[in-house]
Amino acid sequence: MTTQITPAPPATDGRTTPSPAQRPEGRLPRWVPGACFAAAAAVAVGLEAMGDFNIALAVLWTAVLGTLFVWVSSRLMEGPRKATDRLVTCLVGSAFGIAMVPLLSLVYEVTRRGIARFDLTFFTYSLYGIVGEGGGAYHALMGTLVITALTTLISVPIGLLTAIYLVEYGTGRLKRAITFLVDVMTGIPSIVAGLFAYALFALVLGPGIRLGFAGAVALSVLMIPVVVRSSEEVLKLVPNELREASLALGVPKWRTIVKVVVPTAIAGLGTGVTLAIARVVGETAPLLITVGITNATNLDPFAERMATLPVFAYYQLTQPGVPPEFAIDRAWTAALLLIMLVMGLNLVARLISRYFAPKTSR
Amino acid sequence: MTATKATTERRPRRPVRRRGDRIFAGSAQGAGILILVILAGVAAFLVIESLPALTAPAEEIPGGEGVGAYVAPLLFGTLLAAVIALLVATPLAVAIALFVTHYAPRRLAAGLGYLVDLLAAIPSIVYGFWGIFWLAPKLVPFYRWLEENLGFVPLFAGPTSATGRTMLTAGLVLAVMILPIISAISREVFQQVPTLHREAALALGATRWEMIRMAVIPYGKSGVIGGAMLGLGRALGETLAIALVLSVSGGITLNLISSGNPSTVAANVALEFPESSGLDINTLIASGLALFLITFAVNMLARWIVNRRADFSGAN
Amino acid sequence: MAKRIDCSDVNIYYGDFLAVENVTVSIEPRSVTALIGPSGCGKSTFLRALNRMHEVIPGARVEGKIAMDGQDLYGPDADPVAVRRQIGMVFQRPNPFPTMSIYDNVAAGLRLNSKKLKKSDLDDLVERSLRGANLWNEVKDRLNRPGSGLSGGQQQRLCIARAIAVEPDVLLMDEPCSALDPISTLAIEDLMADLKDRFTIVIVTHNMQQAARVSEQTGFFNLNGVGQPGRLIEFNPTEKIFSNPDQKATEDYISGRFG
Repeated sequence: MTTQITPAPPATDGRTTPSPAQRPEGRLPRWVPGACFAAAAAVAVGLEAMGDFNIALAVLWTAVLGTLFVWVSSRLMEGPRKATDRLVTCLVGSAFGIAMVPLLSLVYEVTRRGIARFDLTFFTYSLYGIVGEGGGAYHALMGTLVITALTTLISVPIGLLTAIYLVEYGTGRLKRAITFLVDVMTGIPSIVAGLFAYALFALVLGPGIRLGFAGAVALSVLMIPVVVRSSEEVLKLVPNELREASLALGVPKWRTIVKVVVPTAIAGLGTGVTLAIARVVGETAPLLITVGITNATNLDPFAERMATLPVFAYYQLTQPGVPPEFAIDRAWTAALLLIMLVMGLNLVARLISRYFAPKTSR
Repeated sequence: MTATKATTERRPRRPVRRRGDRIFAGSAQGAGILILVILAGVAAFLVIESLPALTAPAEEIPGGEGVGAYVAPLLFGTLLAAVIALLVATPLAVAIALFVTHYAPRRLAAGLGYLVDLLAAIPSIVYGFWGIFWLAPKLVPFYRWLEENLGFVPLFAGPTSATGRTMLTAGLVLAVMILPIISAISREVFQQVPTLHREAALALGATRWEMIRMAVIPYGKSGVIGGAMLGLGRALGETLAIALVLSVSGGITLNLISSGNPSTVAANVALEFPESSGLDINTLIASGLALFLITFAVNMLARWIVNRRADFSGAN
Repeated sequence: MAKRIDCSDVNIYYGDFLAVENVTVSIEPRSVTALIGPSGCGKSTFLRALNRMHEVIPGARVEGKIAMDGQDLYGPDADPVAVRRQIGMVFQRPNPFPTMSIYDNVAAGLRLNSKKLKKSDLDDLVERSLRGANLWNEVKDRLNRPGSGLSGGQQQRLCIARAIAVEPDVLLMDEPCSALDPISTLAIEDLMADLKDRFTIVIVTHNMQQAARVSEQTGFFNLNGVGQPGRLIEFNPTEKIFSNPDQKATEDYISGRFG
C-alpha cells in the first residue's frame, strides 16, 4: 500500500533481538502489498460466492485478509518493526475507507430514494388539501427560506459586531467573559435552544405558542456563536499596518473598521457567514418545538405555525398517513433537497473564499 | 508641569472621541453584552419554565414518580448513546487524522480532509433517515451473530431487535456524526507537531509508525482528548437522528441490541413536545435544563483541556 | 503650511513601563529632522507620540506637553483624529490598502472621511499628490490597478502620496527606506528634499548616512540598558552631530563603537 519507505533501521534495536531487517534483501518489493490485497480480494470473493454474495462483507474480508497478508509477508521479509509500520498503514487507510462508507452510502441512498419526487410539483405545490399522492414542499421550502433569512438578519449583525468588539475594542474582563460565553454557546444543544425560544415566547405570548419568529430566535442562538468565531478569526488576520495606515490619515477608528478592516476581510466574513447559514438551515429540533408544522403556505413569521423543510421531512416520514408510501417519498425528496442546500452553501462558501479574497502581493 | 499631568495620574485620561466612534464602539460592545444577556436568558428562561415541574407533586409528573425518576432513564440513555459514539468515533477519527496528515499523498490530503468534513455538513435529520433505512437493517444480521456468540455478555443479551433500531445503532449513527469534529481537531494538532520533533525521530531510524508514536501522539494527545470531549458534547445534545433511529420502550438497561431502549433527553423532548401541554411541557423543559447543564460542564472541560494544550505548545 | 512642534518633558509609557523619558525638543518647520539611535531606544515610539498614534496600542499613554504652533496636541479638547489629519505618517513597511486601486489609495484619506469632492477636483488632487511623490509618471496609465501590484519602492511612494493628499502640516516617517533597495531609497531621499519646502518632516532612521544626507537637525536617542527608558541624548544641527558632537555617547555611536 505504501510506496514511501523509511530508511533502514539502525544496527541494533534495544527492545528486539537483531531482526531479519538486517538482511540485505530486507525490503518488500513494491508490488507485494498490492498483490497481497489482490489475493485477499480473490479469497474474499470466493468465500462470499459460496454463500449469498454480499459486497459489503466481501470488501470487509478483503481489507482484513489483505492487511493480514501484508503483515505476514513483511514480518517474514522485513522484520517486526517494519511489519508493525505496514500494519498501521493498512489500519489507518482502512479507517479512512470506513469513514467514506457512511458518506457515500448516505448520499447514494438519499439520492436514489429522493429522486422519485424531485419534480416540478414538489417545488410548486404545498400539501394543502393533499391526501395521498401528489403535493409538494413549496410551503416548507419557502418557510425555510423565510426563517433562515430572518435568522441571518438577526445573527449576522450581532455576530459581526461582537467579533469587531472582541478584535478591535475589547479589553480585560468583559472581553474574556464574552469569549468564554461564545464558547459555551457553541456547545448549546439545538433542542435546548429550541426550548429556550419556546420558554421565552411562552412567557410573553402564553403557552402553546408556535411562531416562525420564535424559530428564528432559536436558530440565532445556534448561529451567532458560529458567526462570532469565524468573523473573529478572519478579522484577526487583517494586518495591523492597514489599521495604522488608515488611522494615521486621520480617519476615525469606526470608519477605519467599516471602510478598511471589514472590506479587507470581506471574503473570509462571507465564507464564515455562508457556513453558519449552512449549519442552521438543516436544523430540525428547534423548529419542531417552536414553529411546528402546517400543510398550508404561511410566509408570515409573526403569525401562526409555518412549515419548514426539515420538519416537513420529519413529519412526512413519521406520520405518513394512509397509504404511507407517497408521504415517505416526499420525505426523502425533502431530505435530498436539504443535503443539496447544505452542500450548495458549502460550495458557495469555498467559491467566495477563492474568488473574493483581496489581491495581496504579500 | 502642565495641567495635563495632573489629570493623567494613574489611569490615562479618556481621549476625545468623536460621536461616530462612540456610537460604533458602543454598538459593538452592546452586541457583545447582548451575548451575555442571551446566555443568561437561556439559563433563566429554562429555570423559570421548569420550576412548575420541579415544585409539582411527584404524582402529577408523567410516570407518577417525580421529575427525578422521569429524567433519570433519559439521562442514562443520553450518556449511554454518547459513550458508545465516543468509543467508536475517537480511535477512528484519530486514525483518519493520521491518514490525512501523515499517510495520504500531499496533494490529495486537503481534498480528503474536506471529504471527512462533509460528514459534518449533513443535517442530523438526514442521518436519522439513513440510520433507519440503510444502517439499521444492515446491522440486524450482525446483532444476531452477537446474540448467538456473545449473548453471555449483558450488552448483547438480546433478543435481537427485528428492525435494528437499537441503542447500538443509535450510538453508531452518533459516532458518524461526531467523527468529523474529532478528526478535524486531531488533524489540526497533528499538523502543528514541530517538524523538528518528527525529524528527530526519523533521524534516529524510526519507521513512520514509530515516529508517530514517539513524536506525534504525545504532542497531540491532549488536543485529541479535547476534540473527543467536544464530540461528546455534540453527541449528548443530538436530537433527531436519535429520535428517528432509536426504538424507545422501557427504562434503564445495558442491553444494546434489543428493541427495548431508554430514550435520550433530547430525543424525548423532540418526540413528546409537539403533543404535550401544561405540566408535561414544564417537565420536558426541566429535562432540557439538565441536558444544558451536562453539556455545559462537558464543553467547559473540553475547552479547558484544549486551551491548556495551547499554553504548552508555545514552549516548542 | 509647515508648522513647528515643541515638546517639553514628554514621558511615554507602555502600560506601566516607561519607554521614553523626559524629552524636550523643538522641531523646526520646513526642514528635515532625523532621529537616530540604537534599536529599542524609543525613537519610533517618540515619533508615534507626535501624532497620537502611540495611544492606539492598548495601555499606551503619553505625559507632558506636545504643541504644534502653540496648539496643545494632548490638551483636554484635542481630538486625536484631527491631530492625525494635521500630522501625516509613513510607515516602515509600505502598506497600501489591498482592496483599493492606486487612485483610491491616494484618495483614501478624503474618501474615508467622506469628504465630497467633485470628480475633477479629486482627479487633480490625486495627480498633484502622485506628482508630489514622484510617482505620477510611473503609474498614470494604471491608476485603476491594485496598489499592491507595485514594487516596494513604488508602494512606499504611493503611501507618501496618500499621506500628502490630505495636506498635513507635518510628515512623520518611520524608517521609510528600511524595507527598500538602494535605488528606491535614493528616490525617497530625493523626494524628501522636495517635500521639505512644504512640510515639516521628521524621519526615524537606522542609517546614519541617510540622516547625514537628508536632514538639517538630528536627534540622538539612547538608553542606559535593557529595561531602562530611552532618552534624547543630544539634539543639534546635523553637521555638528556628525562632525563635533557635544556628547561622548553620540560620538561613540556615530563612529560605530556600538549600536
